[in-house]
Order: sequence, then C-alpha cells, then structure tokens
Amino acid sequence: MDNLLSIITFIPAVAAAIMAVFLRGDDAAAQMNAKWLALLATSAAFLVSLFVLTGFDPANTEMQFVEEYDWILGLKYKLGVDGISVLFVMLTTFLMPLTIAACWTVEVRVKEYMIAFLLLETLMLGVFCALDMVLFYLFFEAGLIPMFLIIGIWGGKERIYAAFKFFLYTFLGSVLMLVAMIAMYWDAGTTDIPTLLRHSFASDDFAILGFTVVGGFQTLLWLAFFASFAVKMPMWPVHTWLPDAHVQAPTAGSVVLAAIMLKMGGYGFLRFSLPMFPVASDLLAPFIFWLSAIAIVYTSLVALAQSDMKKLIAYSSVAHMGYVTMGIFAANQQGVDGAIFQMISHGFISGALFLCVGVIYDRMHTREIDAYGGLVNRMPAYATIFMFFTMANVGLPGTSGFVGEFLVLVGIFQVNTWAAAVATTGVILSAAYALWLYRRVVFGELIKEALKSITDMDRRERAIFAPLVVMTLLLGVYPALVTDIIGPSVTALVTDYQAALPVSGATQLAQH
Amino acid sequence: MTANDFNTILPEFVLAAFALGALMFGAYGGKDKVAPTLVWATSGLFIALALFIGLTGTGDRTAFGGMMVDDAFARFAKVVILTAAAAILLMTQDYMQRWALLHFEWPVLVTLSVVGMCVMVSSGDLMALYMGLELQSLALYVLAAMRRDSAKSSEAGLKYFVLGALSSGLFLYGASLAYGFSGATGFAAILSTLGQGAPVGLIIGLVFMLSALAFKVSAAPFHMWTPDVYEGSPTPITALFATAPKVAAMCLIARLLHDAFGPIPGQWGQVLAALAVVSMFLGAIAAIGQRNIKRMMAYSSIAHMGYALVGLASGTAEGVQAMLIYMAIYVTMNVGTFSFILSMERDGKPISDIQSLNMFSKKEPLKALALLILMFSLAGVPPMLGFFGKFYVLKAAVDAGLVWLALAGAVASVIGAYYYLRIVFLIYFGKESEPADSTMAPVQWAVMVAVSAIMLFGIVNLFGIEPVAAVAAQALVQ
Repeated sequence: MDNLLSIITFIPAVAAAIMAVFLRGDDAAAQMNAKWLALLATSAAFLVSLFVLTGFDPANTEMQFVEEYDWILGLKYKLGVDGISVLFVMLTTFLMPLTIAACWTVEVRVKEYMIAFLLLETLMLGVFCALDMVLFYLFFEAGLIPMFLIIGIWGGKERIYAAFKFFLYTFLGSVLMLVAMIAMYWDAGTTDIPTLLRHSFASDDFAILGFTVVGGFQTLLWLAFFASFAVKMPMWPVHTWLPDAHVQAPTAGSVVLAAIMLKMGGYGFLRFSLPMFPVASDLLAPFIFWLSAIAIVYTSLVALAQSDMKKLIAYSSVAHMGYVTMGIFAANQQGVDGAIFQMISHGFISGALFLCVGVIYDRMHTREIDAYGGLVNRMPAYATIFMFFTMANVGLPGTSGFVGEFLVLVGIFQVNTWAAAVATTGVILSAAYALWLYRRVVFGELIKEALKSITDMDRRERAIFAPLVVMTLLLGVYPALVTDIIGPSVTALVTDYQAALPVSGATQLAQH
Repeated sequence: MTANDFNTILPEFVLAAFALGALMFGAYGGKDKVAPTLVWATSGLFIALALFIGLTGTGDRTAFGGMMVDDAFARFAKVVILTAAAAILLMTQDYMQRWALLHFEWPVLVTLSVVGMCVMVSSGDLMALYMGLELQSLALYVLAAMRRDSAKSSEAGLKYFVLGALSSGLFLYGASLAYGFSGATGFAAILSTLGQGAPVGLIIGLVFMLSALAFKVSAAPFHMWTPDVYEGSPTPITALFATAPKVAAMCLIARLLHDAFGPIPGQWGQVLAALAVVSMFLGAIAAIGQRNIKRMMAYSSIAHMGYALVGLASGTAEGVQAMLIYMAIYVTMNVGTFSFILSMERDGKPISDIQSLNMFSKKEPLKALALLILMFSLAGVPPMLGFFGKFYVLKAAVDAGLVWLALAGAVASVIGAYYYLRIVFLIYFGKESEPADSTMAPVQWAVMVAVSAIMLFGIVNLFGIEPVAAVAAQALVQ
C-alpha cells in the first residue's frame, strides 16, 4: 500500500467526522456508541501502523513509505518516516486506544470529547509523518485547538486560565517558528524536509544594530525554532504552562499531553534544529546543557514541594525532558539514542503515572496528596502498579526509564562533564520525590474515613495498565528493540552533524 | 464613446443603469413594498455580473484614453466585491425586514456604492479614482445613518461623513500636488515622468493620497471612525462596511501605487510598512478590552487591514497576490461572522454584547461549532484558511527582505489570537447563564455553515484562487 501513512493518520479523523455527522443524541446509548467507535478507530490505526513497523527497514536511513502530492503555494503534501520518527508514530497509535479506554467514565459531552481526541490523534500523527515544513507546522499548530478545548471544557476548576496559558504560550512559540520557516524557504527555495536536511544554511557571522550574531543566519533560525520547541518540550524557564495545563486537564488529556504532545518538541529538535542548523546547535549546545541541567535539578526540587499529585508528575516530566534535550544536543550516538529512548519510555511511564492518578481521582475526586494515605490496605493491585511505575520513573534498572537516562548521561558525559554531573543528581532527586509521593499516598495506616470504602482497580483499569507494564519492562530488559530501529538513522544524523561543523568546532568537541 | 470604451465599462454601466432604474421603480412602484423584490434582483444582478466578469474577461483593455482600465487585477477585485455585496444583501434581508429597516433605498444605495467600488478598482486616472471613491463613500455615509430614529446611527453617519470629507480633502490636496509636479493625472503619464527622478512635491502628494486611502481601509492611525461607525450603524450595514469597501479601497491602493508609482517602491513601501505595523498592533491590542462584538470586529478589521498592507508593503507581484488572497479570505470570514452577529438577539431585541454568548454551545451546538471555526480562522490558526492568508502575506514580506515586518506580524497575530479565543471561551466554557437567542433565516444559516466549511476545506487547494490571484497580480505589477 502506497498510502499507508495517510491511512493511519486520517483513520481517526474520518471516525471523528462520522461521529460528528451520524451520531445523534446524548443518551447513554449514544455515549457508548461514541466511546466504542473511538476505541475502534484508534485500535484500527494501531493495527495498521503495525504494517509500517514490520515493513520498516531500519538499515535504510532514507525516508520510507513516502507519499507526495502537489498542494497550494508550491507546497507539497508529503509524508514519510525514518528511523527517528517511526517510533513516535508507533508510540502515538499505541497509546491512543489506551487513552480512549481511560476516559470510559467521562459522562459530560462524550461525543465532543471523543471527536476532540480523535482529531488530536490525526494531528499528532501528522506532525511525526510530515515531510513538508509547512505541513509539519500545520499539524503542529492545529493540535492546539483540540487540546485547548479538551482542557477548557472538561478540565478542572481553573481550566480557563490554564487553557489560555497553554494556547498563547505555545502559539507565540510556533508563530516565530513560522517566520523562520518562511525565511528558510526564502533561502533554500523549498519546503521539502529531506531537501532542507541536505541544504546548508549560511553560518557566517554578521552584525545587526551593532551586535555581532555569531553563527549568523543559522543562529537566528535556530533561536526561532527553539522558541517553539522549547515551549513545547517544555524547557525551563518556559515550562510554567505545563503544570497548570496538566492539573486542569482531564486524565486522558494529561496522558496525551505528557506522553505524546511533549515529544513533538523533542522530535522537532531532532528533525530541524540539530541536522539543519549544525553550526548554531554546536554553538548553543552549552546553553541547552545548562538550561537542561537547571531544569532537572530545579523542577525536581519544585516537585518535592508539591501537594497536588498531578502537578508533581508534571514537574517530574519537565525534569525528564531535561535529559532529552541534553541528549539531543550532546549530538553523539549515545546521547541521541538515549534522548529518543527516553522520550519513548517517558511516553509509557508518564502516561501510566497520570492514569494512576486518574484511577484514584475517579474515586475520590481530589488530587491532593494529603487526602490519601494507606491505600495499600484496600487497593493492593493499584499499589503494585503504582509502585512499578514509580520505580520506572525513578529509573530503576530493568525498567525503560533507566536505559534512557543512562544512555543520555553517557552521551553528555563525553561532551560536557560538569553538566553531566549536575544532571546525575537529578536521578537522586527523582527518587526522592517519587518515592516520597508513593509513601504518602499508598503506605501507612488507612485512617481517613473517606478512603475506607475505596475499591481496587476494576478489570478495565487493569487492562489499560497491562500493555504499559509490558512495554516498560520489555524496553527495560531488551532496549535493542528500540535502538535497533533508531540506530542507523541516528548514526547518519550524528555523522552528518559532525561533518557539517567547521573544523575548529569538531576539534573543540574532541578535546572535551 | 466607442464600442471598445463601452465594452470596457460594461459592468459599471449596467450597474449604474440598474441603480437608476431601481430607484424609479421603487419610487413609483410602491416604495418599501417592492424592497424585497429589489434586494433579490440586485443580488441576482451582482452574482450574474460576477460570473460574467469572472468567466468572460480576458486581457487588458483601457477606455476613455486610459481613464478606466479593465485587467485581470480589476476583474479579480470586482468578482470579490460583487460576490461579497450579493452575500451581504441576501443574508441581511431577513434582519432588515424584521427590524423594519428594509427600505427600497437600501439595495439602490448598495448598488451605487458598488458602482463606485468597481470604478475605484479599475481607475487609470486620478480623476476617475476620485469619482469612484466619492460615489462609493457618499452612498455609504447615507447607509450608516439609515436608522433615522436612532441617535447612534445618525451619529455614526455624521461622524463617518465628517471624517470622510476630511480624508477626501486630503486626497484632493495630494492629487493636486501630484498633478502639479508631474503635469498629468493619468497613472501612466505620472509613471512616465518618474523616469527623470521623483520630485519631492510628488512624494508629498503621494503621502497625502496614501493617508486618505488609509482612512478608507481604516488602517491605523486613520482608524478613529471605525469602531464608532461599526457600532452605531445597523448590523447589516456594518457587515457591508467590513467587506466590499475594504476590498475596493485596498485594491485601489495597490492600483495607484503600482500603476502610477511603481518604480519607486522604496518611497511608499516604508509608509505602508509603518501603517501595517501600527494597524496590526493597534487592532490586536485595542480589541482585547471590547465588550461589544461589533466594536471588536471593527478592531479586528483594522488588524486585518494591517496584514493586507504587509503584502502591499513588499512592493512585489507576490505581495499583491498575497494581498488579493488575504482580502478574499478576509471578506469570506467576515461575511460568515456577520451572518452570525445578525442573528444574535435576546428578548426579541437585537444585541451585540459579547457576554451574551456565554455557554452558547449548549444551546446551539452546530452554530457554536461554525463560530468556533470562524474565530480560529480569524485568529489565523491552522488548518483554517485564515492561516493561509497570513502565511501568504508574511511569505511575501520575507521574500521582499522585510523580515522585521513579518516578525511584527507574527507577534501581533499572537496578541490578536487572545480576543478571538475569548469568544470561543465564552461560547464553550463560560459560566452557566442564559445565552443569547440566535434566530437565523435559512440564507443566513446557509451562509454561515458554508463559510465555515470553506474555512475548513479550503486547505485542500484554496479553491483554486491562488493561480487566479497570481494572474491578477501579474497584470498589475510589470
């Protein structure tokens, strides 16, 4: 099939359209229909995406499954995947059915909720598949609309503030990216990503208003893309929208946000910043390292002080994304491998953690840590699962969380030892906040009256967690599953990157 | 008048004859009773003419020794103007009838102003330009004051008239300077004198004329009249103000600058860029505090004019093409949005308070969805068409080396997104309260749904408007 990626991308959108047009009424039956249809569509997308995975040739570092059609403005509708993006596509299609299953208990405006998630899936898949810069932007930006509505309609008490903050923060970042994209088009004469990857943008210093811009044009473009991806990641200090958005978003919204949408930022760095602007990346890498190191330590400390479970996990996400940015800009095989691995693994783990919060939130309707305690007495299965993912979050060897962090730290150590040293303390801090959270929620005596009648997870909830547990363990003990697929593409990326650096830059790198 | 002259101005001629005939028919045929018939006939004529111009027009022709020009650019503008005016007439019919505003003068005045607009976009001489401009404006002044018993409407009409007269004065002064220093009023003749350099007097005249035209498109800092006139005029007339005249005036600016002052883009490019930046930011920021949706749309149109000017400021064929596409999309969005604003009412009275949209989605999910699409499109969020409009102008600016202008446009669009989002926020997540009613005639409903569908599905190929606009721009910029 030539149009496999289009099919995967648009299955959810078609289902959403069907739902919008044919599904009438808001009674229980219509709600069930909406949920089943959404589950069916996301599962279908997952099953079809398995063909991509099996048909994918890791040894080939070119784009695969490419499809290309003419579009307006001399732009192209062009999709394709390589070793870097294919796993993000898989992550998305894998997590979406679980996300839909996790919102089975939603009762308010179910149809619209499902439509929003289905559209969101289409847009997220589009981001990872798009091989035209403007098409990428389109998907990247349009994803804001359903997420804005998900937070704003189905969110918590402060949802409006959070929805606005989320939208405007990310919109500002992306609009600057758009200007950079136009400038790139102006320079290279094309918006085709594979062609742009081979184009070398000018990196000679020039002066603006008396200031010398080191790295020239590349630096400016790099900064514009950075504005967008750093907000999306999110990196310290532009991360402040994330805790607000997470706390206010419904459980499934948080899962999608943390597990998939944040990865768009990392993917963007890998697809645009690093390979297209190597000189600027090399120049600004120390800046990224220190922002990331600060993010890891600072947000871990902030996480320690949180009284809201979701906020705590949100801050922990920021810290984990710090490893990702470090790994990417370490720009060596281990670093980039580790960054991608960490993103995939964080997709499973953070998704699962938000689902864990969702399980008890559904029962008690509060996310305050103080409202819980001693859950292990009534919810043994929950305590086990929560324990597993807490450990994975901490990066216990044997879980996927360990592999990603370890690879990143190995990678960064070769480039910037001090940043690596600071980042390593994050491992300890993450253990502190995660375990402390776990102790306060699960262990201890069950003394709170409200909790005495709490029930353990039902079959649906267990079924949602099972695949996540399997994936986390599998990637933890056999990481080659991922690294074999991404390896050759990453090698090509890193080789091209090092080759594109001016000689002095390369030697500088070697001296570290 | 030779046959060629006549053929060239055929659409304007037909429209003018129709307007006079309709006036007679109305005056002697039963006054307001025939108004509905006249509205249908007028919009039918507009659509027929739009089809005629769009389908049969080819090549470049001039009439009356260069006074009037008929080229691809004029045809593009005329099709947009006529279609927009027809849509406005059709969708406001029901509103006018219900609020006892449907006088037979309404379609006649609209026709006259449309004649003016058509003359504006195909003028090849300062005289013809001024005639068109005044014909258009005078008809619009009257329309603004059409609700005779309302103080606000009269105020709007008077304000519009006084400030409009001032801008006409400015224009005439500029035109006389241009004439004095170049010795000609024809665009082609002015152009030919530029070969020996541009005298300062000519440039000053140009700036005066630009200021007057900036008033017509309501670009800041000549925008003062816009919010008051938009708010005070009856909503159907506001809808008209926001659409067709804007296209005409914007195309007129392009026509004047490229046909008469084409070789010196450096001189007017900066003026337009300054107007654009001020308009984009003023429109975006001032709209935030508005409580009345008509005032908000006024500031929104100021901001949108800023973007269209960004296209023109680049001074290239690509920039003109971007401006044309932008204006076509802008007009479509505004027609859709106003078809909704027309329907807002409470307790049997028309209202325009933004707060009354609270939780509107509970009451009318489909209309709320259409409005959501329109608002995101106005804000320029992909994948709606509004994004492509912005994309074209920003691309034109960057291609012309005006990166700073593109950056300013990008930043302003983020600020502007806020107030559109506020409407979405109100209709979807507002606090529980009694939302406004929305009584829509079938035409209005159809227009609104069709426009939102266009905004959504235009992403496929912009309905083929791109090559047409390219041809139009090529005709203007040699």
